Amino acid sequence: MDFQLTDDQRALRAGVREMLRRRFGREALRAAAAPGDAAAPGLAAGDAEPALDRGLWRELGAAGFFSLRLPESEGGAELGLPEAVLVFEEAGRVLLPGPLVATHLAAGEVPGAASGETVVTEVSRGLVPWLNAADVVRRDEAAEGGVVRVAGAVPVRSVDPTTPLHRVPEATGPGTSPVGPLLTAAEQLGSAARTCEMAVQYAKEREQFGQPIGAFQAVKHLCAQMLVRAEVARGAVYAAAVTGDVREIAAAALLADEAAVDNARDCLQVYGGMGFTWEADVHLHLKRAWLRAELGWSAGEAEEMLAAAL
Amino acid sequence: MDLTYTAEEEDFRARLRAWLQRVLPKLPPRPAPDDWPGRRAYDLGWQRMLYDAGYAGLHWPVDAGGQGATPTQHLIYLEETERAGAPYVGANFVGLLHAGPTIAAVGTADQRARWLPPVLRGDEVWCQGFSEPDAGSDLASLRTRAVRDGDAYVVSGTKIWTSHAEVADWCELLVRTDPDAPKHRGISWLAMPMDAPGVTVRPLRTLAGSTEFAEMFLDEVRVPVANRVGAEHDGWRVTMVTLSFERGTAFVGEVVACRRTLGQLAAEARKNGRWDDPVLRRRLGRLSAEFGALWRLTQWNVSEAQHQRTGGVPGTGGSVFKLRYSHARQELYDTAAAVLGPDSLDLAREWNLDRLSALSYTIAAGTSQIQRDIVAERILGLPKGR
Repeated sequence: MDFQLTDDQRALRAGVREMLRRRFGREALRAAAAPGDAAAPGLAAGDAEPALDRGLWRELGAAGFFSLRLPESEGGAELGLPEAVLVFEEAGRVLLPGPLVATHLAAGEVPGAASGETVVTEVSRGLVPWLNAADVVRRDEAAEGGVVRVAGAVPVRSVDPTTPLHRVPEATGPGTSPVGPLLTAAEQLGSAARTCEMAVQYAKEREQFGQPIGAFQAVKHLCAQMLVRAEVARGAVYAAAVTGDVREIAAAALLADEAAVDNARDCLQVYGGMGFTWEADVHLHLKRAWLRAELGWSAGEAEEMLAAAL
Repeated sequence: MDLTYTAEEEDFRARLRAWLQRVLPKLPPRPAPDDWPGRRAYDLGWQRMLYDAGYAGLHWPVDAGGQGATPTQHLIYLEETERAGAPYVGANFVGLLHAGPTIAAVGTADQRARWLPPVLRGDEVWCQGFSEPDAGSDLASLRTRAVRDGDAYVVSGTKIWTSHAEVADWCELLVRTDPDAPKHRGISWLAMPMDAPGVTVRPLRTLAGSTEFAEMFLDEVRVPVANRVGAEHDGWRVTMVTLSFERGTAFVGEVVACRRTLGQLAAEARKNGRWDDPVLRRRLGRLSAEFGALWRLTQWNVSEAQHQRTGGVPGTGGSVFKLRYSHARQELYDTAAAVLGPDSLDLAREWNLDRLSALSYTIAAGTSQIQRDIVAERILGLPKGR
């Protein structure tokens, strides 16, 4: 047993982090949220939809974001779920926008998905993220398969300014393939780890009563709990990636959703008034975490699945 | 990331499993919970069986008489002994897990030769004299005084939370040898014979009704200077050397046991009809996620320790684990009470005493509040408060 990252996995993570730092830094994130900047109150739904950066999407494709689990004969790297999880964790850290998981799942199935030429999204719980930007709307792979356009889609005023949403008439559940929830859990893990870092950083810099607020136990203990949530979720997500076991993935999704949402909430609290502003990035983490949690397995579904196996 | 065990590790597991199958049926009946002399004899007997089979001091270094096993082998040992229902470390706890490793790390050759073999063979029991009525979380403020008088220290003070004090042969004792130095710098580590004149032990009854702890009153107890391990006034560092040997294995057996209990709770709920309550089902499902993740976190920490092995490095991951585990354990037994309903008021029913003892988990070995300070300051690098 050696449940630690291998040197190759560390190198992969470092490479992806560096690429995203270069290609999707804070300015890019704020640009993605920019339509919402102008939008604030009273804007009609759909009027301020963020654009998907197709150039970046192709670069992600070239870097193997979508193809990394495909066989070499199909242009992939023949890597496994653990590597995919590390890549999606990095995407979650920086709040990389777009239907990343749906396009990854479509690679090898929908032409152009693997290379990043085609943007693929999917329906979940009667909602479709990135409908206007997508070339293909994919159904869950366990369903009929096939590629369909969705009729009767109505724009929704998305809570997450970096993820446009449409409502569709049919009420589809979340997919039955566990790979989607696993990769989403990896994104949630990345976000949870990042908001922990942000809170710690802020608590070291912000001073009140003549000392950094991080010297106060009340703040310190919030930060400690954030780390605990992120690290417990990490153990669950990484192990689920190694075993591929559906129940272990359900547990990972449950813990990672909770870590992402609760850590964003605590980060907001540590930021104090700044946390309530549009300008700080905290709300972007919280809103995306809410969105990912809502479109995946619910806590109740995951808990029932785990209880049934007891 | 690899969760499969190597051929060598599986071989170790298979041999251990076969041995456990052979010897466990030969164990004498377990003594009653409050029969401390009986428990001492039982626990030492088990330690002797481990010694004869070559499993004593599994994780101790070879030059201290141990087996020098890897952290993963130690994990397997704890997992398999729990699964097989083998006795717990019990009265051997302090000797094997704290006093012994401290002497192995810091003691002189004479001290190692005197004290280590009896621990490994199951001849002697150690207890721990660290906490005091006024020195709990702030352990370094301890006030038990040791005054040098010729070749002995004269020790007076009060210790508390001393497990197995009534049946121990030796006590690893922290005393203040320099009252004028800063609090961490005036402490020394002594091995005190429990039969020395002036030692009085009074059992302390816990809220669970048990008497595993005691108070210990020391009235001018003479302890030979030769019994000091490490330099004079250096006892704080001596103690921390061993605490830092934590390799993520502290709760392995308990996590295995909690997962088994969870399965039993589900079976009981299905039997008594409470399974139809979706709120209860979801609580059980969440606990399954929780303990599954804690098991994986254990494997993660053990693998990390395996990589750091050559350095013998402290692991702060233990604090992260303990914070979550102690809370999860309390939630497990609160959920057990929900499964039992009114039967949760009957102490004769399984799990109800465990529910009471679980209350100590967020307090013992560093309260959750202290653990959060440790995580925040040592891992996250937040500044110390005023």
